Amino acid sequence: MLKDITLGQYFPGNSFIHRLDPRTKLMCTIVYIAALFVAKSYVTYGILLLMLCLSVAVSRIKPSALLKGLKPLALIIVFTAILNLFYIKGGKELVSFWVLSITTEGIKTALFMVFRIMMLITGTFLLTYTTTPMALTDGLEIILNPLKKIHVPVHEFAMMMSIALRFIPTLIEEADKITNAQKARGADFETGKLTERAKALLPLLVPLFVSAFRRADELAIAMESRCYHGGEGRTRMKKLSMKASDFITIFASLVFLTGIIVLVQFGF
Amino acid sequence: MSSIIQVKDVVFRYEGEEEPVLNKTTLEIEQGAFVVILGHNGSGKSTLAKHLNGILTPDEGSIFVDGMDTRDYEKLLDIRRTVGMVFQNPDNQMVASVVEDDVAFAPENLGLPPDEIRARVDEALKLVDMYEYRLHAPHLLSGGQKQRVAIAGVIAMRPRCIVLDEPTAMLDPAGRHEVIGTIKRLCRMNGITIVLITHHMNEAIDADRVFVMSNGKVVSEGTPKEVFSNVESLKAEGLTVPDTAELLYELKLAGFEFPAGTLTVEECARAISSALK
Repeated sequence: MLKDITLGQYFPGNSFIHRLDPRTKLMCTIVYIAALFVAKSYVTYGILLLMLCLSVAVSRIKPSALLKGLKPLALIIVFTAILNLFYIKGGKELVSFWVLSITTEGIKTALFMVFRIMMLITGTFLLTYTTTPMALTDGLEIILNPLKKIHVPVHEFAMMMSIALRFIPTLIEEADKITNAQKARGADFETGKLTERAKALLPLLVPLFVSAFRRADELAIAMESRCYHGGEGRTRMKKLSMKASDFITIFASLVFLTGIIVLVQFGF
Repeated sequence: MSSIIQVKDVVFRYEGEEEPVLNKTTLEIEQGAFVVILGHNGSGKSTLAKHLNGILTPDEGSIFVDGMDTRDYEKLLDIRRTVGMVFQNPDNQMVASVVEDDVAFAPENLGLPPDEIRARVDEALKLVDMYEYRLHAPHLLSGGQKQRVAIAGVIAMRPRCIVLDEPTAMLDPAGRHEVIGTIKRLCRMNGITIVLITHHMNEAIDADRVFVMSNGKVVSEGTPKEVFSNVESLKAEGLTVPDTAELLYELKLAGFEFPAGTLTVEECARAISSALK
């Protein structure tokens, strides 16, 4: 189950999208998310879906890898669909029993919500799949840099994020090890009622947390030993640089967002 | 030769504890030497290691690194770039998800220009024979490889001394061999002072100088030959001696005569065969 976590995973490649500056990709993702929330018709959703498919094709990431990322969220997607299906009333009533009824408007909203969530997740996965965690956090740090003026600890957040991403595989490995050790002593993680299963997780979580704290302590000492003293006076080996293609891509994405907004204004 | 680290009468106790972990520890480490500090668990050797680059500072006594007092907060960065530190668990000292980004961490902290960092990273990775792994993810490497990357991460600061606190404790024999071979080469070929803290006696055989610690004190020091010829006193400290020294000691008790200070397997075999003649 833990092996399914694809958060922060990076697929090496050399496509146009891989080569874009992480700041460009971050901005395009934000623009894309904004567009997703603006869209409210078949036409606008269709255009966005087309854009997403096009980007995936350009990135040469296997669509199956992206769809795999949706798997852990299947429950939320299904739940949202059902809720919207019954909750939204309007248009023609199709089926009706007891207090529940399905209307055409309900089907449409449910469909849009499902697509919105799925496109949101795949879009952001495309970002992490094509950008190394280090580049991503570097980009984030530079974008948020102005916030340092109002004493937001931007460097610290970026450092925390990159360390968190670095330790995901280590902690997953450790969780697997502890699971097996507890299973060997007769722990049961798979059967029983939901509450029983949640309780069974306790002997897994306690040692995991204890070890994570010990790791954090050792890491802090190791970082200090390597002259870490915060973000001040720190330089980077790989300097990020925006190329002409980056500016064109950002400009194009802004034009795209404006286009979507105009379409929505005109009732599409 | 001049000394790079001077530890003088250091007393240290952890907060809230009565018994001092270091109790008037005194030792001196010479520039360019391969020094091994031995001791059983709880002898204070890891606590001493953390004193050598100012992570901990002594309650009493003093420590000078290349003439700088470790209690001088202004000099802390200079002390840490002079004395690099490698720890036991390689997983817990890596900050980045790519090998070369991790090695770049220390020079980035020092604020060096990007070209210089690139050059140092490549150089450091080549020195530990990990250059071809520079784009790998650390969690996919073996224990010995991870520890060598950790050493590269320290070399990138161009330290004059590297302190290794039980760097082989979590490794299999092959990984242990890789790491010990790497640090010996760094000492002999590149002139970096090495302070190896360990309880594997066999890692001490090639040292220039050995210090034995017990209850926060240095109880014995000298060349490996001098230290390991004193088998009884080492055993009294709860330490074992290298297998060769142990064998010759047992044979001596049985009435054979051997020249003192035989440590390598070849020397040992020669001594036994000549004794049998």
